[in-house]
Amino acid sequence: MLLIGLAFAPTPALAAAAETLENASSTADHDKFDELAGPFDTGPAVTHACLSCHTEAANQVRQSTHWTWEFAHPQTGQMLGKRHVINSFCGTVASNEPRCTSCHVGYDWTDTRDDPPVAQTQVDCLVCHDTTGEYKKFPTAAGHPNYEPMEWPKGSGNVRKPPDLADIARKVGAPSRANCGACHFYGGGGDGVKHGDLDSSLVEPPLELDVHMSPDGLDFTCATCHNASGHQVPGSRYAVKARDTAGIDIPGRGDQSRASCESCHDTRPHTKDKLNDHTRKVACQTCHVPAFARGGVATKMWWDWSTAGRLDDEGNPIEILDEHGHISYTSQKGDFRYAENVVPEYRWFDGQVRYTLRSDRLNTESEPVRINRVEGSYEDPGSRIWPFKVMRGKQPYDTRNRTLLVSHVFGKDDTALWTNFDWNKALEAGTEFANQPYSGEFGFIETQMYWPITHMVAPAEQALRCDDCHARQGRLAGLGGFYMPGRDRSVLLDLVGWSLALLILAGAVLHAGLRIRARSAKGR
Amino acid sequence: MKHVMIYKRFERFWHWSQALLIVFMLITGFEIHGSYSLLGFGPAARLHSIAAWTLIALWVFAIFWHFTTGEWRQYLPTTDKLGAVIRYYLVGTFTGESHPFRKTTRAKHNPLQRLAYLAFKLLISPVIWISGLAYLFYSDVAELGYLDLRIIAFVHTAAAYAMLAFFIAHVYMATMGKTPMALVKPMITGYEEVEA
Repeated sequence: MLLIGLAFAPTPALAAAAETLENASSTADHDKFDELAGPFDTGPAVTHACLSCHTEAANQVRQSTHWTWEFAHPQTGQMLGKRHVINSFCGTVASNEPRCTSCHVGYDWTDTRDDPPVAQTQVDCLVCHDTTGEYKKFPTAAGHPNYEPMEWPKGSGNVRKPPDLADIARKVGAPSRANCGACHFYGGGGDGVKHGDLDSSLVEPPLELDVHMSPDGLDFTCATCHNASGHQVPGSRYAVKARDTAGIDIPGRGDQSRASCESCHDTRPHTKDKLNDHTRKVACQTCHVPAFARGGVATKMWWDWSTAGRLDDEGNPIEILDEHGHISYTSQKGDFRYAENVVPEYRWFDGQVRYTLRSDRLNTESEPVRINRVEGSYEDPGSRIWPFKVMRGKQPYDTRNRTLLVSHVFGKDDTALWTNFDWNKALEAGTEFANQPYSGEFGFIETQMYWPITHMVAPAEQALRCDDCHARQGRLAGLGGFYMPGRDRSVLLDLVGWSLALLILAGAVLHAGLRIRARSAKGR
Repeated sequence: MKHVMIYKRFERFWHWSQALLIVFMLITGFEIHGSYSLLGFGPAARLHSIAAWTLIALWVFAIFWHFTTGEWRQYLPTTDKLGAVIRYYLVGTFTGESHPFRKTTRAKHNPLQRLAYLAFKLLISPVIWISGLAYLFYSDVAELGYLDLRIIAFVHTAAAYAMLAFFIAHVYMATMGKTPMALVKPMITGYEEVEA
């Protein structure tokens, strides 16, 4: 009886034991370390203290994409990474460094034409390991927090106090959702702007939003799946594992990366065989992430740079809000469209993402320009149907050289677009900085960019239903290359088949009519 | 005239349960095909599969029954009186002629029925079964690499239209006895008046 009671209702004693165990999962209490007594004047000073014990940490971080912002794609050979690509948000990191590199996992990377600073103390430990929520990189300080009280946003009257670095350092721990989210939730210039499936609603998500990350569910951190080893974090958006055939990863089995659903759920996780058959061609996310931007934070779906620079009659910048209170126009950035609960677009995806790089010549005849393109097909056994956020908009390009252009948007100078509202100057400065050929003639071209959707996994009851896709005009109506029941048919066969059935029916009715007439004639 | 059992109990059970299953599979099948929305694709597909396995089981028993009882001989085609029967349905039925075929326990189907049922058993059914199983196990069939779902679905749907055509004609022809229910009643009670 006692055993049964224990099994069904954890006693306060057990719960307390569990809590102690959780706290005890680290063998070190950083509060007791003399090295962290402080005070610390700067971030690098904290890092210096960290490295006195964690001797290899900085070297490990400096080998990661979090540090290099560079990714040599093993399949396509393209040199990608934030340092090199153009995206359809603010364009490029190059020429806008102190703003963009505020999310670099280090300090003082003020010029991405050069490699990040070499000193080991330039690695930022706290941005990932702060557990207090007090450590914030200042948006325009190239990775540093503010060491003096500073106002942000400029002109808002909000003053950010400098963080208590020593206190923060004594409370470090494993990265939480908020740590990763501090950069990854705010990419593209604001909360939820970039990815659509990553925004601040995932810091404490309800179960309906994300079964894995919700405290009411499994309470996973990002690192539960992106299980870093030696500061190398698995799960790349440039080279995605579109179909993980290795299945469950346990020591000695699988690829030891948990950044795929199959890593825990295996390749045939449903109780119904027909559903399991789908996993061969359909990514888990396609059915289990029914929509993105589901947590109450809107994501940006359209960004038209061509309209930027319009000023009011007094020559002041304009800001217009849409009916939901989202910005729909600013003089700095042009026109936006935000959306919530967005139904993804679906594509065959083999995991390879190819980019249109700064040096690539555009085919201006076939708009829109694909900032990146996802590859894959029904025939390819490594491809599956994946959900995507497709970001669309208009971006500056060189009408003569036919290349996308580096634009200098941020900076306290007389060329940055956001302060001078002059495209000519912004593009000249940006291209000159990035050493990109520029004819001096520019226009705006429509672009689109693919963002694979994988987070915000809904409870099973909210997964897609069969007829969300198996219908004439379902979610996969536009996806070619294969036959899908309920969607596809032979129109000719249907015509012949129904005609045959109708003819026989008509024949029967006619025959019956004649019989009745014959019989009544006889009766008379 | 003799009051005899012409359709045995199993035969009637087989006929009516098969009829129900086929009607049900036509309804769910054409929903899976996308012709209309009734139960929803998922339930339709699931029920269609369950009905298919039920019908397969029924067929296993029916085939066993046909061979052990020798009743399979009822479907051997013959041209004897075939022309007369066709002529009766086209002309005679309107002029008040009597049916040229006399039912006996050893020959309970007229020559036209024999042909129609033989086609049902040897043509429509095998095609619908084989294509249906290939459809059901498509993921495994696809691994073999030479059968496209488009082709499997085409054949299965074509057979379904043939089944629908058979069904409509069969139901109508069943009303063509002396009275509209004269032919249906023995299929329910099993008994019919036949010549000795």
